[in-house]
Amino acid sequence: MKHAVQQTPDTAIQITGLNKWYGAYHALRDINLTVRRGEKIVICGPSGSGKSTMIRCINALEEHQEGQITVDGTVLSSDLKNIDTVRSEVGMCFQHFNLFPHLTILENCTLAPIWVRKIPQAEAEATAMHYLEKVKIPDQAHKYPGQLSGGQQQRVAIARSLCMKPRIMLFDEPTSALDPEMIKEVLDTMVALANDGMTMLCVTHEMGFARQVADRVIFMDQGQIVEENTPEPFFESPKNDRTKLFLSQLLGH
Amino acid sequence: MSQSNDLIPPRPAPQSANGILGRIQALAAQGPSHLILSVISYAAMAAMIWLILRWAISPTWTAGSLAECREILQGQHGKACWGVINERWSQLLIGFYPKAEFWRPALAFVLLGLAIFAMLRVNARAMERKLAVIPFVLTPYLLWGGPIWSWVVLFGAACLLLVMNKLLRSTNAKADFAIRIAFIGAAVWLAMNISDALPPSLKDLGLEPVKSREFGGFLLSFLIGLSAILFSLPMGVALALGRTSKLPLLRVVSTGFIEFIRGVPLITLLFIASTLLNIFLPPGTNFDIIVRVIIMVTLFASAYIAEIVRGALAAVPKGQTEGAASLGLNYWQTQRLIILPQALKISIPGIVSTFIAVFKDTTLVSIIGLLDPLGLANNIRADSAWTGIVWEIYGFAALIFFIFCFAMSQYSMWLERQLQTGHR
Ligand SMILES: Nc1ncnc2c1ncn2[C@@H]1O[C@H](COP(=O)(O)OP(=O)(O)OP(=O)(O)O)[C@@H](O)[C@H]1O
Ligand SMILES: [Mg+2]
Repeated sequence: MKHAVQQTPDTAIQITGLNKWYGAYHALRDINLTVRRGEKIVICGPSGSGKSTMIRCINALEEHQEGQITVDGTVLSSDLKNIDTVRSEVGMCFQHFNLFPHLTILENCTLAPIWVRKIPQAEAEATAMHYLEKVKIPDQAHKYPGQLSGGQQQRVAIARSLCMKPRIMLFDEPTSALDPEMIKEVLDTMVALANDGMTMLCVTHEMGFARQVADRVIFMDQGQIVEENTPEPFFESPKNDRTKLFLSQLLGH
Repeated sequence: MSQSNDLIPPRPAPQSANGILGRIQALAAQGPSHLILSVISYAAMAAMIWLILRWAISPTWTAGSLAECREILQGQHGKACWGVINERWSQLLIGFYPKAEFWRPALAFVLLGLAIFAMLRVNARAMERKLAVIPFVLTPYLLWGGPIWSWVVLFGAACLLLVMNKLLRSTNAKADFAIRIAFIGAAVWLAMNISDALPPSLKDLGLEPVKSREFGGFLLSFLIGLSAILFSLPMGVALALGRTSKLPLLRVVSTGFIEFIRGVPLITLLFIASTLLNIFLPPGTNFDIIVRVIIMVTLFASAYIAEIVRGALAAVPKGQTEGAASLGLNYWQTQRLIILPQALKISIPGIVSTFIAVFKDTTLVSIIGLLDPLGLANNIRADSAWTGIVWEIYGFAALIFFIFCFAMSQYSMWLERQLQTGHR
């Protein structure tokens, strides 16, 4: 079911009055956020501030108790069909990749297109190879995830999401489990994706990446959005004291 | 400069690492206590083998009774009397199943063997897997026989169903399901009523019927064991999913069932099958005893498999569910394509252990009067010609059980190696 919400056609995600509790713990407090199509947003903040929780609410990996989330014109409800539809339109990359270890790279990439989109296998494989080439690992297609390096695995995870032709991509600290020399290859892939016009929400502490691609940077603390600005002023002249403290700690060493 | 570019040619491993001599040297290097322990265990093994061979090598194959054995052995003690196996081996294999129909169980088990072999290979083609279903459908008819018509109808329906799977694939899933259920219902109805429609001359065409009471020996063990293994796996998986489900009712029912079955000895369930069940069934119904036992053993095994699978489900990282969910896969797709393949791989050792235990537990049916190999052993020993025989019969039964259980265990280890896909 699609509800009419006050939003322009080029709104990709609209979050209004979002509140979430884990038991008695108030994890997200009155979150409001509107993301335009093609916009790239970087979310940062100290550990435990609710960054993961917020972006996981967007594809209903976490349930929320209050507020409304509209993704690509569809209001998230508790209806399972509705949730699966939203998830198939929204790609997500995780800190620990979450590739399927019992399937080859190619099978990882074709599984959802074949079973969710009902695309014929040959066509799904062609699409998968296309995206594997984009992330520069077509030669690994027949290996298993366990045989790849962390950076390669994360690029496969990105390709796997892209095979569903999502309109929005969510990233939850995609590089924080990687060794320094692998971070660049993943970030390069993400920059290329940003340049292709993908709508992206990215939890990351890679400030170079934020400066390079972000349209807006959001700072969260204690379940709230504390500060929100374009990268230049965000990094050069943060207004909030907690943002200043966080940035000084992050850039300090 | 030339040095760094030259490859080092391979050399043979040092002598001490290979061969018996090398092993002895390696042992000696571990100190005298190791050496002494090794010598003692090798000596014990040799003594054991020698004792068994001395007992087993005995020229008594043709003897017709224990007394004849004694005559042949002329006072030699501690020798086997193989005449009993020679006389009764076919009984130990098939019980009182008619001798003339021996080819039927034999054919069934050869076909089943081929089918199982085809299915157990990791890379079996889809077509092979489908063909492998045929022996499983054919076996009940081969074993029990009777008029052929109902079976022809059911078999034909099963084949049609496979074809339908191909044709119906792309259309509406609910309609598909309804069509299939209707089709199966129609087939069952036709199977039950077809004999009334046939002229008397055709009516009884088919294999000679064999009663369940005539089944025995390893035929019975295999029939019960194999069926229980076959049905308990899907049922155990379903129970495990039920127990971990979010739906409270499903969870309570699954948990209650599992805990009840695990809290009751198998022998109790078998007594329920043989006696109590009649109380609950409408009077006059004749519910086959073997089918009843198969149901009970299946329930029993499935509770254990459910617990093994539940443990394995918990061992699959939560990220796998999230990864699948984030791609839009629904609950069933996630379980079937992502979670279960990984969970089942983890649970292979546990599941195969359960299978082995179930296969051996089929010997308990002798207590409710079915003539499995142990039941027959009692029978044979009650025969005046063979009173006093113990080791030969039980040894023969043990050997056959061992061969199949060992094969299962080896298969599970092979399968685990095959499913290895690199470390995580
Ligand atoms: N499943 C859960 N049950 C209970 N509390 C949770 C759960 N998941 C997260 N929390 C709590 O919610 C808060 C926000 O967690 P979240 O994972 O969103 O933080 P984060 O900003 O992503 O932190 P990090 O940078 O460490 O990943 C934390 O205080 C955490 O302890
Ligand atoms: Mg996080």
